[in-house]
Amino acid sequence: MLDTVFWPLVKIVVLLNAVMISVTFMTLLERKVIAWAQSRLGPMRVGPYGVLQAFADPIKLMTKEDITPANADKMMFTLAPILSLVPAFVVFAVIPFGDDPLYYVADINVGLLFLISVTSIGVYGIILAGWASNSKYPLLAGLRASAQLISYEIAVTMTLVSVILTAGTLSMVEIVEAQRETGWWIGFIQPVAFVLVLIGGLAETNRAPFDMPEAEQELTGGFHTEYSGMRFGLFFLAEYANMIVISAVVVVLFWGGWLRPFPSVGALALLDYIPSWIWMFSKMFLVLYLFIWIRATLPRYRYDQLMRIGWKVLIPIAIANVVITAVVKVLL
Amino acid sequence: MATESAAMFDTDELVLNMGPQHPSTHGVLRLVLRLDGERVKDVDVVMGYVHRGIEKLSENRDWTQIILLTDRMDYVAAATNNLGYCETVEKLMEVEVPRRARYIRTILAELQRIASHCLWLGTHAMDIGAMTVFLYAFRERELILDLFEEYCGARLTYNSMRIGGLPLDLPSGWDDKARAFCDIMDSKVAEYEELLTNNRIWLERTRGIGVISGADAIALGLCGPPLRGSAVNRDVRKDEPYAAYDEFDFDIPIGTRGDTYDRYLIRLEEFRQSIRIIRQALDGLPEGPVMGKVPRLLKPKAGETYHAIESPKGELGYFIVSDGRATNPYRFRVRPPSFCNLQGLRPLVIGHLVADVVALIGTIDVVLGEVDR
Repeated sequence: MLDTVFWPLVKIVVLLNAVMISVTFMTLLERKVIAWAQSRLGPMRVGPYGVLQAFADPIKLMTKEDITPANADKMMFTLAPILSLVPAFVVFAVIPFGDDPLYYVADINVGLLFLISVTSIGVYGIILAGWASNSKYPLLAGLRASAQLISYEIAVTMTLVSVILTAGTLSMVEIVEAQRETGWWIGFIQPVAFVLVLIGGLAETNRAPFDMPEAEQELTGGFHTEYSGMRFGLFFLAEYANMIVISAVVVVLFWGGWLRPFPSVGALALLDYIPSWIWMFSKMFLVLYLFIWIRATLPRYRYDQLMRIGWKVLIPIAIANVVITAVVKVLL
Repeated sequence: MATESAAMFDTDELVLNMGPQHPSTHGVLRLVLRLDGERVKDVDVVMGYVHRGIEKLSENRDWTQIILLTDRMDYVAAATNNLGYCETVEKLMEVEVPRRARYIRTILAELQRIASHCLWLGTHAMDIGAMTVFLYAFRERELILDLFEEYCGARLTYNSMRIGGLPLDLPSGWDDKARAFCDIMDSKVAEYEELLTNNRIWLERTRGIGVISGADAIALGLCGPPLRGSAVNRDVRKDEPYAAYDEFDFDIPIGTRGDTYDRYLIRLEEFRQSIRIIRQALDGLPEGPVMGKVPRLLKPKAGETYHAIESPKGELGYFIVSDGRATNPYRFRVRPPSFCNLQGLRPLVIGHLVADVVALIGTIDVVLGEVDR
C-alpha cells in the first residue's frame, strides 16, 4: 500500500509543484534571455534583478477578472484550457529525471508510446479554445493548430521509431540504460533524428518560428485572444510545461538523460559524484535555452510553408531514417 | 471538382475585420478582409480614423504656423515634412535659401530618412515575427532622435525648419556626433542584414510576396521604395533635385522583381546611401548664415505652386495657392506618399494569405497620420 499508493502520490505532488515553479521561472528566463539578446535588461523591478517577477506574473493572472465572452460556448470555453494543461502535466509521469526510482513516478514499458499519445491530446485544447470562443481570430488559430499538429505529429512519431529501433525498447528508463551500455548517446548515432525531433518539438509546442496558432502580429494572440485571467494562465502554463517536456524528451532520447558526458570513459568516473539529476537538469536547461535563443532570432514561417516543410521534407526524411536504421540494425 | 464540392457543401466566405485596433496595422488602419480559408479574396481598406483636417486647418493659420502642423502628418519623419513645406513656400515667394542652410536641411532630411527606415524595418520584421530586429532598429533610431534633440530640442515633432532657412545653426560639436553616428550606423546595417537578408525564413516570407509590375505601380500612383522596387527609376532627389542634393554623389537602388524582398533590399541600401550623403554634406559644410532674407510678415503674391520632395515613404508634394492678400494660404493640399502607396495595398493583398497581409502592410510603409491628415 505504502509503495503503490502513498509514495507515488507524494512524488506526483512534488513533481507537479516543481513543474509549476519551473514554469514561472522559465517565463522569467525567457524574458531575461530575450532581453539580453535584444540589448535591454528585461524585468528589473520586482525583487533583485527582477527575480520575483516569476511570482508577480502568476499573482497578476490569478487576481485578474476572468471574462467569458457572451457568445462563447461556456462549457467548451472552460474545458479547453484544462484539456490543454492536463496532458502537459500527465506526461511528466514517465520522464526519468535521475537514475534512482526516486526520480521518476512510473517506468512503464511503453513509456514513449504513452508520451506520444498523451501529448497529442493537448492540441484539442487549442482547437476547442479556437472554436468555443466564437470569434474569428481564434477560429483561424484553431484551424492552424489542427493542420500543424497533423503535419508534425507524423514526422516526429516516425522519427521516434528510429530511436526505438536503436535503443531496442520503449521504456524511457531503459532507453537511457541502453545508452549507458553502448557508451554512445543516441544523438551521436542518430543526429538526423535529433534535428527532426527538435524541429517537430518546436512546432508541437507552438514555439517560434512555428508559433502560427498564436501569431500575435497576425491573429492578435490566436486561440487565447478571448481568454483572460487564470484561464489564459492555464494555456500559458501548458505551453511552457510542454516546452519542458520536449526538452526532457530530447535529452532522454538523444543526449543520455541523466548520464554524465562520455559514460564509457572510465577516466571521467570522477564526474559520477555529481548527482544524476543535475546532469539531467543541466542538459534540459541547454535545450530550453536553445528554444529561447531560436525565438529571439528567427522570423515566423507562414502556415502553408510550415505544412510544406512537414509533409514534403520532414516526413520523407523521417521515413528514410527509419528504413536506414532498420537495415543497419538487421545487418549488424 | 472544386466547383462540385463547392456546390455540395455550404461554403461561406469569412469576413474578418482587421483593425483599427490590431497590432500590425501600424496605427489605425482598418482592413475588411474577405477570406476563403486563410486566402484573401478581397479587401476593403478603411481609413480616416486619425483625420484631423490638417489641410483645412492650415488654410486658417499663418505661413509659419503651418510648419508645426506639417510635423503632425508623417510623425515619424517630421523633418522631411517641414522641408517639403518650407521649400514650397520658398518657391512661391522666390526666396533664396543660404547654401549652409540647404546643406543642413539635407543632413536633417537624410537623418530623418534613416530614422524612418529604422522604424519601418523594425515593425516590418516584427510583423513577420523577427522581434529582435525591432529593438535593434529602435536602438539606432534613438541615436538619431538624440541628434535631433540636440539640434532643435524636440525628439518627434521637430518644427526644425523655417521659411527661408533654419531657426538655428548646428550646435558646436554636433557634426562630430553625426559623423560618429554614421560610423555606428554602417556597422548596424550590416547587423540587420546578417539577421534577415539571407535568412531562409525571411526569404520565404518575402520573396514573391506582393509582386507588382512597374506599369501597374505607375498606374496606381505608387511612389518611393514600392515604386523603385518594381524597377522604375524615379527618385525626386535625382530627378528634380532640391535642397543640396545636386551637389552630392549617391545612387538610387532599383529592384528587379517588384516583391517584398526587393523593397526590403532597397530600403536597406537607402540606409547606406543616406549615410553617404550625410558624410559628404558634413565634409563639405559651407560657412555662412542659415537664414535667408525673408520679410517679417509673410505675404506671398497671388499664385499657386506645387513642389515635391522625396520623403522616406516616397514623393511628398505640397500644392499651395495664395491669393496675395491674406497671411494664410488660400488652398493647402498635400500629396502624401503613404496615402498614394496605400492605394496599392488592395491589388497587392488579393490572393495572398492572412499572414502575408501584415507583411504587405509593412512593406508599403504607411503612417496613418499622413494618410488621414
